[in-house]
Amino acid sequence: MGKFTLEEVNDRYVDVLREIGNIGAGNATTAVASMLGIRIDMSVPKVQLLEVSKLGSAICPEEEIIVGIFLEVQTDIEGSMMFLMKMGSARFLVNKLMGRDEDYQRDFDEMDLSALKEIGNIIAASYLSALSTMTTLVITPSIPYIAVDMAASILSVPAIQFGQYGDNALLIETEFGDDIMINGYFILMPEQDSYDKILTALGLSI
Amino acid sequence: MSKVIKVGMADLNICKSPDIITTIGLGSCIGLILYDPVTKIGGMVHYMLPDSTQMRNHSNIAKFADTGIDELLRRVTRAGANRSRLIAKIAGGAKMFETTGMSHVNNIGERNALAAKQKLRELHIRLIAEDTGLNYGRTVELHCETGEFYIKAIGKAIKII
Repeated sequence: MGKFTLEEVNDRYVDVLREIGNIGAGNATTAVASMLGIRIDMSVPKVQLLEVSKLGSAICPEEEIIVGIFLEVQTDIEGSMMFLMKMGSARFLVNKLMGRDEDYQRDFDEMDLSALKEIGNIIAASYLSALSTMTTLVITPSIPYIAVDMAASILSVPAIQFGQYGDNALLIETEFGDDIMINGYFILMPEQDSYDKILTALGLSI
Repeated sequence: MSKVIKVGMADLNICKSPDIITTIGLGSCIGLILYDPVTKIGGMVHYMLPDSTQMRNHSNIAKFADTGIDELLRRVTRAGANRSRLIAKIAGGAKMFETTGMSHVNNIGERNALAAKQKLRELHIRLIAEDTGLNYGRTVELHCETGEFYIKAIGKAIKII
């Protein structure tokens, strides 16, 4: 067990992740659209394989403040996942949800953080549900946890998780929106054994 | 004019007065500095994990507390710092998400901080200040002119240790 490393990631695996990202983002888009009552389109997700040490600056400059929503997953797959948004996207979603003007810029209060957590939860759960359907593995997410902080600090969490097994990390970028585009990033962090399970379930074992 | 030397994640470098060495956005990682107050030579390592011996892949020595601190010590003494005068300070090791504990990396920040203390004890280097734990990111700077270690966090006053 545990022979798999991301150094050996092949094109087929990336294709499958992209497809899961696609279905997951599709589910998420529908959920967020109905929650906010807006029309939303989305783009095909981009899957990036990055060096762990570059993860901190992968989505924006290291010191830029971003929002991270973190969930632990268990049952057939053990590990965690993260959904990340830049501040512009997070503000847009919160303001829509709270029925505020789009240019409202004040610091997030407890209610805002709770709303963001819920949006992140819906998006992350949609992604996990796509993964679960494709692999027929049972995946149970925890409650969502949120952090609003420097990109490098938040991304140190997946960097460390991936860093235990190798020097690369997988980042899935997706974009959705109507008037303004929302950028979101998914990072799935299975424990080593769970990688093998996912790959085997997808018929991709190496 | 002083220069600012940037240290990335899983990276290390040395620095001489009047220059400044910095790393941006430490989360659960640790930023550790070694500094000789007489020659004003110092250095910083930004490591991610506590122990290289538990890892299959440990080619990047700056990624781990044990190998990273050894290498930093080698580099600062080679640059002219006196080993017996060296002092250490650490920052970082936060728990970015207040999770309840299922995940393996849950307490990694705390383990990273402990690893620094253990390694420094083995090397007989004094740890004279630390700002670790809690749940927020930190940007840190060592000012080699004074040995001051600046800690900056979002929405908080700058701390000097």
